[in-house]
Amino acid sequence: MINSGDTAWVLISSALVLLMTPALAFFYGGMVRRKNILSVLMQCFIVMCVLSIHWVLIGYSLSFAPAKGFWGGLQWFGLRGVGLEPYADYAATIPHQAFMIYQAMFAIITPALIIGAFAERMKFSAFLIFTLLWATFVYAPLCHWVWGIGGFLRNLGALDFAGGTVVHINAGIAALVTAVVLGKRTNLNRNVPTPHNMPFVVLGTGLLWFGWFGFNAGSALAANGLAVNAFVVTNTAAAAAGLSWALIEWWHNGKPTIFGLCSGAVAGLVAITPAAGFVSLIPAIIIGLLVSGFCFIAVTMIKPRFGYDDSLDAFGVHCVGGIWGALATGLFASKAVNASGADGLFFGNPKQLLIQFVVVALTILYAGTMTMIIYKIVDLFIGVRVDEKSELMGLDLTQHRERAYTILE
Amino acid sequence: MKLIVAIIQPDKLEEVKEELYKEEVNLITVSEVLGHGRQKGVTEIYRGAKETGNLLRKIRLEIAVNESFVEPTIKAIVKGAKTGETGDGKIFILDLKECVRIRTEERGGVAIG
Repeated sequence: MINSGDTAWVLISSALVLLMTPALAFFYGGMVRRKNILSVLMQCFIVMCVLSIHWVLIGYSLSFAPAKGFWGGLQWFGLRGVGLEPYADYAATIPHQAFMIYQAMFAIITPALIIGAFAERMKFSAFLIFTLLWATFVYAPLCHWVWGIGGFLRNLGALDFAGGTVVHINAGIAALVTAVVLGKRTNLNRNVPTPHNMPFVVLGTGLLWFGWFGFNAGSALAANGLAVNAFVVTNTAAAAAGLSWALIEWWHNGKPTIFGLCSGAVAGLVAITPAAGFVSLIPAIIIGLLVSGFCFIAVTMIKPRFGYDDSLDAFGVHCVGGIWGALATGLFASKAVNASGADGLFFGNPKQLLIQFVVVALTILYAGTMTMIIYKIVDLFIGVRVDEKSELMGLDLTQHRERAYTILE
Repeated sequence: MKLIVAIIQPDKLEEVKEELYKEEVNLITVSEVLGHGRQKGVTEIYRGAKETGNLLRKIRLEIAVNESFVEPTIKAIVKGAKTGETGDGKIFILDLKECVRIRTEERGGVAIG
C-alpha cells in the first residue's frame, strides 16, 4: 500500500543524497591546488552521469535482485519488473522505483569518495574504467551482501543503517589501496600543497551536512519516528565531532581551524551513518566526540608515519570514521530505539559487537583486495597515473584542456 | 647593486627558495605571471572554441642584492630551477640605481639586506 508521505520523503531524500556528490566535489575541489580543481569537479560529475546509467541498467539488479551468492540476480536488468508498485521486502509503502532511485544516489557517491585518495595525479580515462569496474565488482556485491535479500551479511545480523560499511569503509579502504598503488604526488616532500580555496571546503561541508539528512533519515524509507531519530542523532553527532576536532586542534596546535572543524563534522556524519537508526542521543554525542580523535590521529600522525599519500584523507576520515561507527553500533545499538534492530554490548548483547567486527574485517579484506586487482588490471592496459610533466602542469589543462581561474581577462 | 629578475616554473619555487637560503639571500618578492618562450602553451577548448598557444603559469622572482651576492644568487636560482628541458625559465640582471628602506630612510647598499 503506497503511503504518500513516505513516498514524498524518500523522493526528497534521494535528491538530498544526489546533492552530496556536487557537495563532495567542492569539499574536495577546495582542497586541491588551483591547477587541479576542474579535474576533481569533473570526476565527481562524470560519476553522476556514468553510474546513474550503470545503476538502472545493471547496478541495481546486481545489488538488490533477490539471489543467494556473490551478486544479486539478473532478473531486474534494465529495471525489468521494477515498477511503480511497492516491493514489500525492501519498502512496503513506496513505489519500488522510489527505493531504486534512492539507492542509486548511494551507488554514485561511494566511488566518488575514493577521488580524495588519487586527486591530482590520476589519468581521466583510467579513472573512468576503474570506476565502472569498481561499481560492478566491489560496490554491487558488497551492497548485495549487506542489504540485498539473500545477502549473507544481512542474514548474519549485521547492523548498518545507512551505509557505514557499504559506503564509507568500502570507499575508505579503496582509498588507502589507491594511495599505495599510485604512489606519492611529485615534489610532495618539498612542497606540501595547501588547499587552494578554503571557502569551497566549507561550502562543500555545509552541503554535505544538509544532504546527509537524506542519507541517514531517508534510510528509514518512511516518514516516521525512526526517520526523526536518525535525523536528530545525525545532526548531534556531526555537531559533536566538528566541535571536538576544533577543540583538539586548539589544544594540540594552539589554534582551532575551519578546515579542522569541517573535517570533524564530516567524520561525525560518517561515524553516525551505520548507527543512525539504532542508537539514541547520548551515544550519538559520544560517537561524535570520539570520532574526531581517531580521525585526527589517522591524518596527522599515522599518515605521515607510513608515508602514503591519501591526498584528501578519504581513508583517514571515511574508513577510520566508518570503522568506529560500525563498532560503535555494536556497542550502543538498542531495541528501544528500533525494535527490528538489535541490542549492542552496552545493552547486554556482546555478540552484536562481534558481528560488527566480522563485517568490518570482511569489508576491508574484500574491498581492499578487489581494489588492488582492479588497479593492477587498469594499470596494465592503459596506466593509471599521468606522466610527471602533466602532473606538474596540472590535470585541468592536461586532462581537460581548460582552466578554472584566469589571471588575465 | 643589482636587481635580479627570474622567471621560473611554479613547481620549482620551493627548491629555488631553499638554495637561496643556503646562500643567505633571504629577501625575495614572488609574483605569479603568465608567459611562454620557446615552449608552447597548451591549447584550451571552451565549448568547442579553441584558444591556441595559450600562456602558462610561471613564477617571477625579484631579488635586489649588493655586488658580492650577484653570482651566488644566480647560482642558487639555476641550481634550484634547472631541469634541462625547455621552459626552465630565464634570469635577467639589471643595474639598480638606488634603494631606500622606508622605515629608516637609509639609502644604498645598507638598505638592501
